[in-house]
Amino acid sequence: MAYSDKVIQHYEKPNNVGNFGTTAEVKQRKDVGVGIVGAPECGDVMQLQIKVDDQGNIEDARFKCFGCGSAIASSSLATEWLKGRTVDEGLQIKNTQIVEELSLPPVKIHCSVLAEDAIHAAIADYKKKNGIEN
Amino acid sequence: MTLKLPIYMDHAATTPCDPRVVEAMLPYFTEKFGNPGSRNHSFGWEAEDAVDNARRQVASLIGADRKEIIFTSGSTESNNLAIKGAANMYQKAGPGEGKPRGHIITEIIEHKAVLDPCKRLEKEGFDVTYLEPGPDGVITRAMVESAMRDDTILVTIMWANNEIGVISEIPEIGKLCHEKNVVFHTDATQWVGKAPTDVNADNIDLLSMSGHKIYGPKGVGALYVRRRRPRIRLVALQEGGGQERGFRSGTLNVTGVVGLGKACELCAAEMDSERDRLLALRKKIEDKVVSELDVVQVNGHPERRMPHLTNISFGFVEGESLMMATKEIAMSSGSACTSASLEPSYVLKGLGVGDDLAHSSLRISLGRWTTEEEVDYAADKIVEAVRKLRDLSPLYDMHKEGIDVSKIEWQAH
Ligand SMILES: Cc1ncc(COP(=O)(O)O)c(C=O)c1O
Repeated sequence: MAYSDKVIQHYEKPNNVGNFGTTAEVKQRKDVGVGIVGAPECGDVMQLQIKVDDQGNIEDARFKCFGCGSAIASSSLATEWLKGRTVDEGLQIKNTQIVEELSLPPVKIHCSVLAEDAIHAAIADYKKKNGIEN
Repeated sequence: MTLKLPIYMDHAATTPCDPRVVEAMLPYFTEKFGNPGSRNHSFGWEAEDAVDNARRQVASLIGADRKEIIFTSGSTESNNLAIKGAANMYQKAGPGEGKPRGHIITEIIEHKAVLDPCKRLEKEGFDVTYLEPGPDGVITRAMVESAMRDDTILVTIMWANNEIGVISEIPEIGKLCHEKNVVFHTDATQWVGKAPTDVNADNIDLLSMSGHKIYGPKGVGALYVRRRRPRIRLVALQEGGGQERGFRSGTLNVTGVVGLGKACELCAAEMDSERDRLLALRKKIEDKVVSELDVVQVNGHPERRMPHLTNISFGFVEGESLMMATKEIAMSSGSACTSASLEPSYVLKGLGVGDDLAHSSLRISLGRWTTEEEVDYAADKIVEAVRKLRDLSPLYDMHKEGIDVSKIEWQAH
């Protein structure tokens, strides 16, 4: 499998690796939205966490990823793009933009879909915790 | 550091040709180019002598008579010829007679070059039992015995497994087959040349081997076919000039055959010292990885394994990223996800290794020129890569928090 330079860059030096606390801690935090998508037996699990300020701006984002190089790169890129957006702007990130940015080959498109799913899951979690209607 | 990268640690896939093998082959491309079937001139005789010599070298490695060696294009062909050839020869009823044609015993973790011929025979009216080894991967005499039926005509069990290196009870299974008058074939591709073999003491009727796994050339192999007590007959797969006693028509690949012969001679001479050296190196990798990391397992039986091969699973890291993180070391992954099929290895699944661990496994196989320095480098790299990927892995976090990852209801996509 040949990877694009961008994928290799993200893979070697991923951005925003981490979390805002343990599973139990982030569950309690209203300013943090958590999205976990994928399944170990499919070979990828992405965990995306966003930290949102009072104005609804995503001030920080973190990820952890069990998956191939493209999955790691897709989630690293997603955190980068989320930071500084409002929650609703975050929803506008499309998997096709990730595919384009990372030059993902067709067999790796599912990694970008997973990243989009993780974004949506994290934002939905944040909205649910704060009683925000979609 | 004098280490040359990438490091080759995939000798179970193929080996480099030994330079002494290449040297032996070279004259047969150019000045000694004759067809061993040409009976009327010195060019033919010269080629025939070379083939004869190679036949003796191959036979001697496995304790056979040279008349019992059929040259083929490799183990895939040897397996096909042995399995289909024996099934069709010893069938209880012909195709289209509407009666059961006979029963074959094999196992689920064989190479595809055994499984697929068996599946073909199943479609053509034979019954096949696929034995399941336990978690240690060993097929025992008792397992085969309990699957034996009155209409069993063929047992085919590999000697050493190509993914996990586990060694089955071959001499014992052979003995059982001889007691029951059942033909016994073993795919010995990963065994021969690396461990002592005696087709008589080990009760083998048919044995497949391949040049490129034992420092010989690719595209050449052999099938041992027992000639006495009992004499094994086969229906040939291809017909033509009647070469190889009619078992395998076609002008022989003389250069390849010469190379295979030389490779066998070298293996016979160097096997003992090589085995001890490789075992020490393999143990070094295993010890390092197991002592420095948690949630790792060395797959297969702890002792009944080939000295040069190990297969290790790492919890909570994904196979493809592990290959990427260790790309200076050429190894095999336990998962076929690089082919985009996302299928964990059927061999590891066959041992009951969970999908999660099967996905993140490395097969490391050492060879004649593997150095201790390379082994140290590889072991360090693997430990470093697993640590890096676990720092990234949400599953490893959950594991450390005491969450049982296997109990979570994942949304498969
Ligand atoms: C156990 C086993 N059987 C058969 C084969 C096929 O051998 P060849 O490549 O010579 O056809 C291999 C090698 O891939 C093997 O490891």
